[in-house]
Amino acid sequence: MMRVLTAITAREFAGYFATPLAFVFIIVFLLANGLATFYLGAYFAMGQADLTGFFMFHPWLYLFFLPAISMRLWAEERRNGSIELLLTLPIPLTAVVIGKYLAALAFSALALALTFPIWLTVNFLGNPDNGVIFASYVGSLMLAGGYLAIGSCLSALTRNQVIAFVISVVACFLFTVSGAPLVLELFDGWAPQALIETLAGFSLLTHFRAITGGVIDMRDVMFFATLIGVFLTATVIVVDMKKSEGA
Amino acid sequence: MIEVEHLIKKFGDFTAVNDLSFTVARGQVMGFLGPNGAGKSTTMKMITGFLRPSSGTARIMGMDICDNMLAAQRHFGYLPEGAPAWPDMTPRAFLQFITQIRGFDKAAARAAEARAIEMTELHGVLDQPIDTLSKGYRRRVGLAQAIVHDPDVLVMDEPTDGLDPNQKFQVRRAITDMARDKAIIISTHILEEVDAVCGAAMIIDRGQIVAEGTPSALAARSRYSGTVTLTLAHEQLPAAQKLLQNINHQSAELVTRGDESTLHIFAADGTEPGALLADMRTAISEAGLSPRALALETGRLDDVFGALTGKARPAAERFDTVSQTQAEGARS
Repeated sequence: MMRVLTAITAREFAGYFATPLAFVFIIVFLLANGLATFYLGAYFAMGQADLTGFFMFHPWLYLFFLPAISMRLWAEERRNGSIELLLTLPIPLTAVVIGKYLAALAFSALALALTFPIWLTVNFLGNPDNGVIFASYVGSLMLAGGYLAIGSCLSALTRNQVIAFVISVVACFLFTVSGAPLVLELFDGWAPQALIETLAGFSLLTHFRAITGGVIDMRDVMFFATLIGVFLTATVIVVDMKKSEGA
Repeated sequence: MIEVEHLIKKFGDFTAVNDLSFTVARGQVMGFLGPNGAGKSTTMKMITGFLRPSSGTARIMGMDICDNMLAAQRHFGYLPEGAPAWPDMTPRAFLQFITQIRGFDKAAARAAEARAIEMTELHGVLDQPIDTLSKGYRRRVGLAQAIVHDPDVLVMDEPTDGLDPNQKFQVRRAITDMARDKAIIISTHILEEVDAVCGAAMIIDRGQIVAEGTPSALAARSRYSGTVTLTLAHEQLPAAQKLLQNINHQSAELVTRGDESTLHIFAADGTEPGALLADMRTAISEAGLSPRALALETGRLDDVFGALTGKARPAAERFDTVSQTQAEGARS
């Protein structure tokens, strides 16, 4: 199982770098991060030696960047027919799903790790709480993991990468805004508090904010783990279902 | 060996494969023939576990593809239709990925890869991305992938599609070489291929087997099997007509092509085609005709294929009804 998983993840990960697209993606991601932090987040004007203004925008940046990674996971295989090869090799379907997912996650982790200059900068300028920053990086990676799992499942539904991208953005958006103050205020005052809390509880945003606060709470970790587990299981089910449909 | 039992595949209301059963033994190459959309690829996709049958199953070396998929998949190599691969990979990396998945250790993997590369003659392109390769090379990369682990069973969907005649020859020779100790299924719509490599053939149409047997037995089902074929120049047609009047035969059909006419002469009931051939030979030499060809027809697979799959070629003219003027017309 490990051997097969390694082979699949390695092949998939190398696939990202087969074209210059990966480098373009990383550069654009870093630029967008910088712009968001320094302009929208008014990093210098805040006058604080922390990375709140940097992590604050991650949910919104990921909303567009991560579906761009996950869209190809399955749609691409279907389009070029290699899915037939992959699924007729003696590999458990779960290993294929997890292997591909891990490659996407590793690629996102790499992009995230390359934001390290901002961490150096903040340490140069002041004395930030590096514990909080570390927690935030962990939280950011878990957030990415959640988005990618959702994207993996939706990519399995179609052979068209553009469709996979669009529905993934929409789905990730819904899972994010359900915890945004704007949405919650709509329900405030008339809906029962339990409903509002449930809604917020399903939001990646709520749990991400909790972690970037500096505390890695097991409940938040469990939320992301469950979310990822559910959507990867759904991916397995969707791919398996397509075996019966033959689509 | 491959055992297929009552395989059925329905897509909604459409039945793509309708109750297919057959076995392919070790040492046998089974040719899967049929028009496009007959269900050849769908059947192969089910045998290899890519599609789940609506009912029925297939066993590879005794292992059920539905209940014991991974074990079954270890025993075959599969070349899917169009020989898909990952376009960004090089053939070398591609084969290494396959041997890694199939659980070879390093030394065994390199040996297996070298053998597959040798058989498919891929040396020259090992380090070029697959999407930059010609169609022929891509097909051979797919073939190399299918045989790299020296499987007991090979399933190949149109292995020679898109190859030039030399490459076709090479691939067919490779298949024949491997045939001794494997059970092989190939699908094709090229009839000569069946003759060239298959010990047994199956014609399927609309998801059902419409005929099966050895290629020569199938060909013998042609209505032209056992006829005597006489090919001559148009000018000699009237003489041939006169000659036929004195020979015991049932009927004759005329096909004209280019500057020559071909007569298919059917033996009379209860007489040997060989006797008819002998009679014709004598009569022709007595009449002083110089035919371009005179032979006993053993039957042609394409006639059988056409007749069984509803795309029979237009019937030849009955020669008996050809009047002198028509024969004159054919001359000009």
